[in-house]
Amino acid sequence: MARVAAAYPRLTRRRLAGFALELWLPVLLFAGWWFASSGSTSLYFVGLDAILGALRDDWLGQAGAANVLPSLRNLAEGFLLAALLGVVLGALLGLVRPLGDAVSPIVEFLRSVPGVALLPIGLLIFGIGTEMKVSLIVYGSVWPILLNTIDGVRSVDATKLDVLRSYRVPAHLRILGVVLPSAAPRIMVGLRTSLSIAITVIVFSEMIGSTEGIGYAILQAQRNFEIPQMWAGMLALGVIGYLLNIGFRGVEQLVLRRHRAMNTTPGS
Amino acid sequence: MSESMTDPVTVEPAGGLPDVVLAAQGVSKQYPVPNGVRAVLDGVDFEVVRGQIATIVGPSGAGKTTLLRCMAGLVAPSAGRVVLDGTPVTGPPDGLAVVFQDYSRSLMPWMSVRHNVELPLRGRRVGKRERHERSLAALADVGLSGNGDLYPWQLSGGMQQRVAIARALAYRPEALLMDEPFASVDAQTRADLEDLLLRLRIRRNITIVLVTHDIDEAVYLGDVVVVLGGSPTRVEARLQVCLGPDRDQILTKAEPEFLKIRSHVLAKIRGHRGSAE
Repeated sequence: MARVAAAYPRLTRRRLAGFALELWLPVLLFAGWWFASSGSTSLYFVGLDAILGALRDDWLGQAGAANVLPSLRNLAEGFLLAALLGVVLGALLGLVRPLGDAVSPIVEFLRSVPGVALLPIGLLIFGIGTEMKVSLIVYGSVWPILLNTIDGVRSVDATKLDVLRSYRVPAHLRILGVVLPSAAPRIMVGLRTSLSIAITVIVFSEMIGSTEGIGYAILQAQRNFEIPQMWAGMLALGVIGYLLNIGFRGVEQLVLRRHRAMNTTPGS
Repeated sequence: MSESMTDPVTVEPAGGLPDVVLAAQGVSKQYPVPNGVRAVLDGVDFEVVRGQIATIVGPSGAGKTTLLRCMAGLVAPSAGRVVLDGTPVTGPPDGLAVVFQDYSRSLMPWMSVRHNVELPLRGRRVGKRERHERSLAALADVGLSGNGDLYPWQLSGGMQQRVAIARALAYRPEALLMDEPFASVDAQTRADLEDLLLRLRIRRNITIVLVTHDIDEAVYLGDVVVVLGGSPTRVEARLQVCLGPDRDQILTKAEPEFLKIRSHVLAKIRGHRGSAE
């Protein structure tokens, strides 16, 4: 126990050192960008000061919220729907093996069609509204969740299944209490992959068929030759994606805290 | 060894007596293999009387675990049957609880100790309050009072197996089946858990079937020792152990009765393995 306590300050220091190690290169690159682009007369590669100015005017505060919020709302809706659908269907296909085997070729075919390739048909059916974007996100990002859930549900420990059978634990309790928690690490892997797909799909669908959102704003800036605004939009997009990933990692750590502890604390 | 002089009392089949809880009747098990079938068990017969501990001992690979899984209703025997309280077992019955060897896999790491113990009760319409009372009592019985809110991975291996035993006790089965329950812990912990089991048997009057490959353990814990051997596996002997319910790791193991049965079991098991060992 004493050794664990003594290790803690070292752990925080190591984490700080890790943070610094992660930070120095972006800071350096940013500084390099700033100096290399200062006083730039190029039409396309404008000065970073101009880009940051546009970032402040267009992507922070009221104007930023008007661009970002519709995208985030659609993203959240589509991603959560995909998660629900992927986990429920995945559990069903994983547990009912004949059903899973029967639909497996169809799943393999459908997931090979990139979500963005369905944009034309989505535009035809739904027009340029929210439904089109949300359903494209669901279609594009449901597959990693579905396939990982199927695998996770199928690889539950045989001993745990024996315990459930011998104690005659009813089906709903087996699935919610044991099968899904034990598949959780795999499901989280699927969700993480799906999140980046969902971001790609939302931006692309906004560029092609939308009158609002981040993708629309970036393309609009480019068409109006507001090059600093275009760069600022891409920068904002990068920051948003980064923050979403950090947020997801937080959720993942919360969900899997017991799984992780099990791996690092062997009972002896 | 002259068997006629040291022959311990052989158990006669109790035949239809009312206090037989669990019985294997001609249990055989075959598995299909690429060129035919492999017979693992061949007509295994024995009976377990209420309140007694029956230990099943045999060499590795003798199909002890297969026999236990047949008794638990987890696999169906190819021939013969298992009878629990007069009813043939066709699937996992209501009145049996199983403790598996691999405690680290049989417990759910995302559930607290208490929730692990209560899991089987949640499916049986046992009210929340009674569930809680039963898990507290069961954890106290195995010496884990006050550990209910911890998680299995925060406990040592021996304590994890105690949680698995508490889970079985809280279920209040007619009989408790244990598959090499102490094979994965160190020697001291193993002795502690063996004594825990003997105390539980006295206090709760539970019926236990315990599979082990350890002859000392089989004789130390058993009221009846069922010796398996041969290929396919048959019952070589059913021996009555007259050591009483109160046993001691050092004193009991020095008693003539213990030594006599121990050497008899050893001879039975060795007899079938030839002189290779």
